[in-house]
Amino acid sequence: MPESKTVSKNPFRASSRKQKVKDGLGVGVFAIFTYIIMACAVVIIGKITLDGLPVILKSEAPFINTEFFTKKTMTLNQFDTAEGEMVRMDNDDFYAFREKNPDAVINNHKTFSYAGGGIIGPIVGTFMLVIVCMIVSLFVGISAAIYLNEYARKGKTLNAIRLSIMNLAGVPSIVYGLFGAAFFVHSPFFPVFTNTPDWEKALFAMPLWPTDGYLSFQGWGESLLAGGLTLAVMALPVIIAACEESLKAVPKGFREASLALGATKWQCIRTAVLPYAAPGILTASVLGITRVAGETAPIMFTAAVAGKDKLPWEDAQGTGLYWISDMMTQSVQALPYHIYVVTGKLPDDPALKNMQYGSVFVFLLLVISIAMVSVFLRARFRKKLKW
Amino acid sequence: MNDSSVTLDSADAPVVAANEPIISIDDLSFSYDLGKTNTLRNISLDIPAGKVTAFIGPSGCGKSTLLRCLNRMNDLVDTAKVTTGKINILGQDINAPDVEAIELRKHIGMVFQKYNPFPKSIYENVAYGLRVQGINNKSVLDQAVEESLQKSALWSEVKDRLNTSALGLSGGQQQRLCIARTIAVKPQIVLMDEPCSALDPIATARIEELIAELQQDFTIVIVTHNMQQATRVSDRTAFFYLGELIEYDETTNIFGNPKIKQTEDYVSGRFG
Repeated sequence: MPESKTVSKNPFRASSRKQKVKDGLGVGVFAIFTYIIMACAVVIIGKITLDGLPVILKSEAPFINTEFFTKKTMTLNQFDTAEGEMVRMDNDDFYAFREKNPDAVINNHKTFSYAGGGIIGPIVGTFMLVIVCMIVSLFVGISAAIYLNEYARKGKTLNAIRLSIMNLAGVPSIVYGLFGAAFFVHSPFFPVFTNTPDWEKALFAMPLWPTDGYLSFQGWGESLLAGGLTLAVMALPVIIAACEESLKAVPKGFREASLALGATKWQCIRTAVLPYAAPGILTASVLGITRVAGETAPIMFTAAVAGKDKLPWEDAQGTGLYWISDMMTQSVQALPYHIYVVTGKLPDDPALKNMQYGSVFVFLLLVISIAMVSVFLRARFRKKLKW
Repeated sequence: MNDSSVTLDSADAPVVAANEPIISIDDLSFSYDLGKTNTLRNISLDIPAGKVTAFIGPSGCGKSTLLRCLNRMNDLVDTAKVTTGKINILGQDINAPDVEAIELRKHIGMVFQKYNPFPKSIYENVAYGLRVQGINNKSVLDQAVEESLQKSALWSEVKDRLNTSALGLSGGQQQRLCIARTIAVKPQIVLMDEPCSALDPIATARIEELIAELQQDFTIVIVTHNMQQATRVSDRTAFFYLGELIEYDETTNIFGNPKIKQTEDYVSGRFG
């Protein structure tokens, strides 16, 4: 072979243009879809922020519209003044205004339910539902995961249980809502502490001497407990799966070392498995709970109401156990349901916009901050426990 | 404890004189799948107290399985089953229904192939075995931790940082820490499952020195892939092949004057 030829020819040249184009095309397609998804997220969050942020901010100090967070939901009034200027104010302000200016001209008076005031009710309701859900689902979910992963014998039964748990994750949320309504709300198996049993509903009521109250098996009705437990049932499949993953991620060596030192099974789990699985369990569970906290369907038959004048603890009767029982069996407002009411249930009107976007924005902030807390916690734990 | 006999802490524990069998395995067959196939077949051997006994053989020959039978670690496998035979340790059949595996493991410690300290402090690692037995008295723990670390030749290296994470130690140190953790509960027998296979030659040499010292206080059974190691550390050697015990004798005989052809082939490196 002549020398000049071997020198001029690049041995590392692409074998064909076609191959290069194909390869580039593949990468391009994947990248485009990724950016489309990102664009969607940016547009959604951007739109909510643009329209929601002005609702919770204001131009003078303290720059935050605290009323939106502290006032209860009430009716919004819209009218034109004598000068033809359109004014919107909630019921409180409207009545105060009328009292102060009894002669003011009010034209085109319109009212919009649930669209005025603030959203303290939905915020509190959502928080309490999440807390009930968290307590129940973490306790039950972690227990079940420990049993399935550490104790249960491997075999067909275990596979069947796992399969059914996985299937539960695929059940539509409205079905959970109906289940909750039938089970927690209407069935009379769940007891409440009360001074005045509902004799029509109650299976029976046990007098609690020496107080004049009863432990009445009359069901919980539409309530925090019913809603929280329905959400908990819905969160369970996710939590169990996440816990099992975290437990599996703990090296087998820890278990063996612990058992070989004469630890009982429970000691082994408590001291050599759970501490190292805890970060994963916590993060994944909180994320799972955040997801169900945003659900509307499970709470619309079990806990949530469109409007309520009083917060759960303001409306609770009795003392001690009776007070707690009464508070937990109150129906509540909740953010997702509130958003559904002001956007889906009421006839659309520009007057509703503030409440709609304000609520959605606050809801988004809430959910994101819970998720952030869990991510932050995981990072902290991870630093401390590395192997 | 002294050189001539091995005793338990508790008063009622039997005493086995040195060189008398502390473990005697009689016609043991063991299966990982409820008896369909036997991983170990008809194994009989006596392990003398106060000595180091090595199990050698190619991968999959069942030597680790046999080791894990001795402290019933195989209980962790749902489908594991002793199909025939008996293991007597200190005169007690360890698979008898009234034997509690947890109590058994307090007398028979185990060191694993991959060093596995807990992601806790050095101190807590060593104290772990005592803590699970309900011993939380600070001075008792302090003493046991120091004693165990000294016995495992780690004390001088870690005494100033007992409260730092065990995972900051080197591999060899971590394995010695695992040995310290094991001997802290004062077992009579220490099982070692290829304790040096994840270590470099220098760390390996230190562990081997340690085994020679520990021999004064404990009966040691060691599984090893490394035949030179078996010659260096053990008094007696058992050669396993395909789930059967081929030959069991003084280490010098196994390596110098094996009676069976398979053993000779294996120790001279012709297979395995």
